Amino acid sequence: MNWSSLLFLLCSGFAGVFAIAVVLSNNIVRMAFYLVLSLAATAGLFFLAGADFVGAMQLMIYVGGTLVLLVFGVMLTAQSQFVSMRTSSGELLTALMLGGALLFVLVFTAMNVPMWQPTNQPSVSEDTPVLTATPIGMALEGYRVDQLEQPNPSLRRGMSGYLFPFVIVSVHLLVVLVGAAYLARARRHHTESA
Amino acid sequence: MPILASLLTEPIGVAHYMVVGAVLFVCGVVCMATKRNALGILMGIELVLNGANVNLVALGSPYLRGESATLMLDGQLMAMFVIVLAAAEAAVALAIALNFYNNFGSIDVDRANQLKG
Repeated sequence: MNWSSLLFLLCSGFAGVFAIAVVLSNNIVRMAFYLVLSLAATAGLFFLAGADFVGAMQLMIYVGGTLVLLVFGVMLTAQSQFVSMRTSSGELLTALMLGGALLFVLVFTAMNVPMWQPTNQPSVSEDTPVLTATPIGMALEGYRVDQLEQPNPSLRRGMSGYLFPFVIVSVHLLVVLVGAAYLARARRHHTESA
Repeated sequence: MPILASLLTEPIGVAHYMVVGAVLFVCGVVCMATKRNALGILMGIELVLNGANVNLVALGSPYLRGESATLMLDGQLMAMFVIVLAAAEAAVALAIALNFYNNFGSIDVDRANQLKG
């Protein structure tokens, strides 16, 4: 009995089943709830893969921020005729068949790459904790403390950290939030005429 | 159930995470294609991005890979950027959806067929 495998099965099962429930449910409120559960289970997968900081960010930003935003959107538009909008079964059948084919291709590919197969000699043993919060913070400021002993000198040139993407993302966030506030502002004359 | 039994005893590899990521991705794509509610389409986008995140984190994880694990934190940093950009995208898309709802009194994307309302 392998406990990490059991926990992986539990988390991946929750994530997959609730993602399928999002697709198959017609009620938008239930879809939002299933999505919260699926994303939280994915955070569990991140913790199991040793990405503690990313898992915490997944819980805080995705489950705590983005999904709250989505639920607000659902509540603002949840008139009775929009809560449950059905797709015609023909369209749903076509989409499910195409999705099944895509899933088959992706799973077949993932299973047949020899580098991705399970290994009995992981580069870090299971009981060694990997702390990622400080190296991630350093990498965002331009210092890759996790790649100091990179053996390949041609790879070492690209190890200068993520300061530039970090700055771009922060400016992008500022612009996006100003734009979203501009788009979503209340316009009196439109609502009165409608 | 021999497959399930071997899953419980053998170590987990990147391929297992890839399968979970593929399931999330396909669910998101089908969700985007079939939902008529604009917010349902947004949820599909979130699922797709989440499936990509699972792959990125798995490829960088030192627990899942042997000697070939040279990515270290690259996968996790990419996943962080994806999470942040998904939050930004959700904010803008929600603003557009609410604007559409205010102007047309509907959230059905099939009725969004003109640029200027």
